[in-house]
Amino acid sequence: MGRWGAMSIRQALLALLEPGPMYGYQLRAEFEQRTGATWPLNVGQVYTTLARLERDALVEHVDGSGADDATDQSGQHGPAAAQVMYRITTSGRGEVSAWFTTPVPRTQPPRDELAIKLAIAVTLPGVDVASLIQQQRTATMTALQDYTRLKRSGRASRPDQAEDLAWSLVLDSLVFDAEAEIRWLDHCEARLRRAAVEGRLHTPARPTTPLTRPQPATHEEEVTS
Amino acid sequence: MTAVLHLDNVTRVHGDGATEVHALRGVSFTARAGELVAVMGPSGSGKSTLLTIAGGLDEPTSGTVSVEGTVLGGLGNAGRARMRRTSIGYVFQDFNLIPALTAAENVALPRELDGERSRAARALALAALEEVGIAGLADRFPDEMSGGQQQRVAIARAIVGERRLILADEPTGALDTDTGEEILRLLRSRCDAGAAGVLVTHEARHAAWADRVVFIRDGLVVDESGADSAEELLEVSP
Ligand SMILES: Nc1ncnc2c1ncn2[C@@H]1O[C@H](COP(=O)(O)OP(=O)(O)O)[C@@H](O)[C@H]1O
Ligand SMILES: [Mg+2]
Repeated sequence: MGRWGAMSIRQALLALLEPGPMYGYQLRAEFEQRTGATWPLNVGQVYTTLARLERDALVEHVDGSGADDATDQSGQHGPAAAQVMYRITTSGRGEVSAWFTTPVPRTQPPRDELAIKLAIAVTLPGVDVASLIQQQRTATMTALQDYTRLKRSGRASRPDQAEDLAWSLVLDSLVFDAEAEIRWLDHCEARLRRAAVEGRLHTPARPTTPLTRPQPATHEEEVTS
Repeated sequence: MTAVLHLDNVTRVHGDGATEVHALRGVSFTARAGELVAVMGPSGSGKSTLLTIAGGLDEPTSGTVSVEGTVLGGLGNAGRARMRRTSIGYVFQDFNLIPALTAAENVALPRELDGERSRAARALALAALEEVGIAGLADRFPDEMSGGQQQRVAIARAIVGERRLILADEPTGALDTDTGEEILRLLRSRCDAGAAGVLVTHEARHAAWADRVVFIRDGLVVDESGADSAEELLEVSP
């Protein structure tokens, strides 16, 4: 999920209730109107999140909606969850405004997994780092081609509604991320090649031969063992 | 889709003896009608060599190049030059327009060199300028136009007379981001209309407009993204 945690879903759904009350399924549709299928939300997540927001008094039922007293046949999500309309409360509005005025913490940069993988790979013998980089670059480029296709066709290409503009900005974000990742991979490749050419690394950048442990000189053996 | 450009096991050695450089070391490459292919690779990896050979501006040391089924090596100099004027459009990073000619004259030039009457050549040039969105600048000289406008003229010159193979070597290199994007849009729409395009670029966001991205390293194709393997299989069967 990267930086898209449960926290942001909660805040996003709450914020979408600002303009007026909505049913759970409407919330989900509004969310996807802005973000496409980038971070798909299932119905269960929406109702679970709404239940927690309600528990924390950030949203409440709209009077007369819902089915507290009606016969419940919907099962899974409590008393006819789909028929409940939710409204944001005053403290809910406070939370939304705090969300919009606080920067998103950069404690978990989205590229972590790749950076960690590469950081480990360059130090291990027997890992073909060059092809690791190339495979990643190809995969990221394929994703970038997909985002670009989405951007130049469909509703993101001629945004005439705020929701379409939002979706096109989300695509831009994905494009920038992918582009930055490819630049970083190019940079890693160039640096590893240079280091290999200059023979500065004890672990070869493209270790076709396994790394041999540095042999301690004979006279040091008693000392180091 | 038919192959408009096909390189078969092409090598190119520049210089000889101690100064010998193996710019291409056995490259096979295809661009089909309707397809835009991007070529990416570090500086010195052989991208420009690949493109000049594809465009008949340079010859391979070994291997063959064919454009619309004709092997370029089998043509004489005159035949290759004719091919360049009628089938192949070339776009350079620095536009390469002739300063003493207007936009329309620059675009009409390859047609006139090919023996087209001036009026007919000018009509074709105006249509090409219209297609790249600068019909209104037909009578301006290159130094009266912005970089983006000059590159549009260069693209018009590359597509005039329905040429089927468009080769572009870093065509967005000298342009700002938005103008670069516009140039990509033009190349893309030309390919959507049936031409085959090969685009050399170091910008991932521009390469992403292509149907396929080919990565080259040290004169070899090392990988490819976005290849449609199903289509590849269909190509093989008759
Ligand atoms: N005319 C030439 N004479 C000698 N070497 C050349 C010539 N053209 C290119 N090269 C060499 O061939 C290699 C590939 O060059 P090029 O195709 O221009 O790469 P790229 O466009 O990817 O930067 C480089 O090492 C370059 O120095
Ligand atoms: Mg070059």
